[in-house]
Amino acid sequence: MIFLMLFIEFFKVGLFTFGGGFAMIPLIEDIVVSYGWLTEAEFYNLIGICESTPGPVAINMATYIGSEQGGLFGSFCATLGVVLPSFIIIVLIAAILKNFTENRFFRGFIRGVKPVVAALILATGTTLLLKNIGISLSGTFTPGWAAIIVLAAVTALYFFFKIVFKKKLSAIQIILISAVLGVLVCNIISP
Amino acid sequence: MILKIFITFFKIGLFTFGGGYAMIAQIKEWIVNKEGWLTDDELTEMIAIAEATPGPIAINMATYVGYKKRRFLGSAAATVGVVLPSFIIIFIISLFLEDFMSNKYVAYAFVGIKSAVSFLILKAGFDMLKKIEKKLLPIITFIAVFGAMIILDILSVSFSSVFYILIGGTVGIVVYTLIDIDKKGGKP
Repeated sequence: MIFLMLFIEFFKVGLFTFGGGFAMIPLIEDIVVSYGWLTEAEFYNLIGICESTPGPVAINMATYIGSEQGGLFGSFCATLGVVLPSFIIIVLIAAILKNFTENRFFRGFIRGVKPVVAALILATGTTLLLKNIGISLSGTFTPGWAAIIVLAAVTALYFFFKIVFKKKLSAIQIILISAVLGVLVCNIISP
Repeated sequence: MILKIFITFFKIGLFTFGGGYAMIAQIKEWIVNKEGWLTDDELTEMIAIAEATPGPIAINMATYVGYKKRRFLGSAAATVGVVLPSFIIIFIISLFLEDFMSNKYVAYAFVGIKSAVSFLILKAGFDMLKKIEKKLLPIITFIAVFGAMIILDILSVSFSSVFYILIGGTVGIVVYTLIDIDKKGGKP
């Protein structure tokens, strides 16, 4: 029953994501890879799309994956699933448990979770980066020159803007610049 | 009023790029400055709650503001409003993406976008790493989870991220709440 599965899996994502947007990526990756809903390459393309379209990234990802698996009703189920835990918890806090976030047990939980989330995101980023530039974790290296060049260029640009102009490039600016660089570099390397 | 909450959050959803934190600026402009639905203090309180509770920050904030204004119906209107633009746009994209991706230049663009995504994820990770407490236990937790993730990836063993979060949270409850290591003046 694909609709129920989409709802339950995204409900779990909503319930176990602490710290917003990027913290959700390792959790969603677990699901799409284990069910075979998307290949890894498709998944990272999707992140690029979701970061450059308006709205919360989590909603964008749920809507897209739901639509691919179950059409309009599928995307409705996935989106409802990812939204519902937040909605219920915040309404409860606003209505009854006004001091819930001051609760000792809850604060202990959150303090324990914070370094875990940082590690999950960094490990996900690291494996993606290595795969992108052609290093597989089993030890082989087949360089993806286009990706290496774009990555070096965009990293240099980011720090150039940050240090020289004191301006942080936004996610969407970084994605747009990299897309243009991708077209240019790929055309030169393998026209 | 309910309709106004819906429309305001629909606009916020439509004009926010890049997720939760980008939305804080929009909420400040529309909700605090223009509509006066929240004071600056309430905004700060809302951000703290949205960050400490699970789920997308944008949804947490919309639900919270909506509830403050018009209880349950208000929070439903705000949440549906902030979700709907994304839902419509991405649903339409999902219908055309595969055809779109078969174009050579689009595929090239996505080689670049993939590099951007790995950059953005790493940057988000480093930003979060900078914010963790510089004490023994958080640092050990970080290294253990990071190491376990990489090693299990090399071995192609799957272990759900949810378990890491639950284990970390349980350790947090035991160490910070039950043993209360801060009061005992311990190092971690």
